Amino acid sequence: MARTDETQPAAARKAAPARRQFIFDAARMACGVGMLGLGLGLYAKQAKALPALALRPPGALPENDFLGACIRCGLCVRDCPYDTLSLAKPETPVATGTPFFTARGIPCEMCEDIPCVKACPTGALNHRLTDINQARMGLAALIDHETCLNFLGLRCDVCYRVCPVIDKAITLELIPNSRTGRHAMFLPTVHSDHCTGCGKCEKACVTEEASIKVFPIALAKGSLGKHYRLGWEEQKKSGGSLIDEKSMVDLPDRLPEGATLPGHYDPASGMTAPPGMPGSVPGPVPSAPPGLGGPSVPSTPPGLGGDAALPPGMPGAVAGKVPSHPPGLGGGQ
Amino acid sequence: MNAKRIGADALAAKGWLGTYKWLLLRRTSQLAILGLFLLGPLFGVWIVKGNLAYSYTLGVLPLTDPYVALQSLMTGHVPETLGLLGVAIVLVFYFLVGGRVYCSWVCPVNIVTDTAGWLRRRLGIKGSVHLARETRYWILGMTLAGSAVTGVVLWELINPVSMLHRGLIFGMGFAWTIVLAVFLFDLFVMSRGWCGRLCPVGAFYGLLGRVSPLRVSAAQRSACNDCMDCFEVCPEPQVIRPALKGMAKGGKAATGPLILASACTNCGRCIDVCAKDVFRFGTRFNNAIPVSEAGSDPAAAPGKF
Repeated sequence: MARTDETQPAAARKAAPARRQFIFDAARMACGVGMLGLGLGLYAKQAKALPALALRPPGALPENDFLGACIRCGLCVRDCPYDTLSLAKPETPVATGTPFFTARGIPCEMCEDIPCVKACPTGALNHRLTDINQARMGLAALIDHETCLNFLGLRCDVCYRVCPVIDKAITLELIPNSRTGRHAMFLPTVHSDHCTGCGKCEKACVTEEASIKVFPIALAKGSLGKHYRLGWEEQKKSGGSLIDEKSMVDLPDRLPEGATLPGHYDPASGMTAPPGMPGSVPGPVPSAPPGLGGPSVPSTPPGLGGDAALPPGMPGAVAGKVPSHPPGLGGGQ
Repeated sequence: MNAKRIGADALAAKGWLGTYKWLLLRRTSQLAILGLFLLGPLFGVWIVKGNLAYSYTLGVLPLTDPYVALQSLMTGHVPETLGLLGVAIVLVFYFLVGGRVYCSWVCPVNIVTDTAGWLRRRLGIKGSVHLARETRYWILGMTLAGSAVTGVVLWELINPVSMLHRGLIFGMGFAWTIVLAVFLFDLFVMSRGWCGRLCPVGAFYGLLGRVSPLRVSAAQRSACNDCMDCFEVCPEPQVIRPALKGMAKGGKAATGPLILASACTNCGRCIDVCAKDVFRFGTRFNNAIPVSEAGSDPAAAPGKF
């Protein structure tokens, strides 16, 4: 390839074509290797998209950092006593050689000494994780209400029972079963501030395809947005309402002629209730109306937390009739 | 064709063991290291855990692949103490014995590409796509820059070396297809293509061992009978010429008999295959022009045989 101009005798003159050739060779290398680099870079970008059912070991850095920190040695795999972890093979849709597990396969047993984290030589599994309950491998989500047996009104409860953080990460929330009109439904409910993402619930779920699944947190967790404030939380934090309640404008409710609504703000009098009723004293507007945890009034309807006896005409008021809601669910006593 | 078999002269002069000594030692080393890694998963004897990227031996000796660690460092992550300690130990070791000792004495892909090279010679496959031997350094640079840009340990996404080694220890999956591709590439597409031109792991270790003390020396180069067997068998034949043919000729000043090029893998095949025992292992501190060459006609210098 190297061309030297025969007509130019001086050795110094040869430097020019040689330099040109050098530049061309360098350009060829840069282009060829650059293309390889481009392909690799795009592949790397894809590799960062962890598939929905692949979970990283406890203490794993966020996926973006993890792929730069993990050197694919497999020490975490070796030190896992339950063979939970495996290294991704080239055909696995997880970055090749990195450790992962699938909850439906072998879930994490949440060892108290966290041997996988201790074994990691790079800190891709963060060594500051010393309490396994603080691990966030993923987040369980009751993904299919239509097949969850508890949602169908049965007492399966398996996910709740196997949860290592039972009653914190998964609770059973009672609501009336409106289909039967007389039973309760115990809805498994995941709480992200306690769920470690170990996957035992998904593994144990009795339906053919798990109705509760564990996903990487980025997939499973919603986000309210920074501008949201939960009034009741803020009130608790500050020990009182954050706004001047007196200057709060409450629009009058449309009420039938002559009717009154206890606890209702009456702009005419500046009081929230007619004289003699709770809330009739000028002051902060009750943040919870009577019957929903606020001051109880005689007319609090049953089923909303009131402890008054059932008024006549309500279900359960007549002896012999089965109440539609069992006691303890807000119905009759 | 048999008459021209490489190493035939050596076989006649030194016998089978003499002709394959370093090759046998090298294969023993490669298989022993692989065997140590496999003892755990196959027989439950956990002497070594991990793989070539990082291993932990008997709970005391950490060894980290400095090239993988460097890519990780480029992404902005600093390893834990054990990982760093492993890097230091490996750096010192290969700095002393020659960086590409990793390639010829440890790397499992070496067996694959050596087999491809051997088969290529036996089948008489001629013709090879040309690619400069510097390509690997460009790829090395690209993987380091790419790791910094993408935040991913880039070469490990496709590295056939770690895929093969990890595959053997942790489960192969389809990694064998990559290894087969490297084999076929070396066999049909490019002679000594993978290790000699493309692999950035070898390039890294080569740079690491640029000034390492342990070197092959063409100490008895005056005995060379130009059979060319060493050039044929060497995975990096360009490294031999300066040392072997560096004797003073005409007005040219002599160069020492040491093979100083960092691409030399210290595999010792040239030592094996030379019927005249020209080569031997030496240190880089002994690069004096051999006395046997001084003044006299090189052809008349006393050889061993």
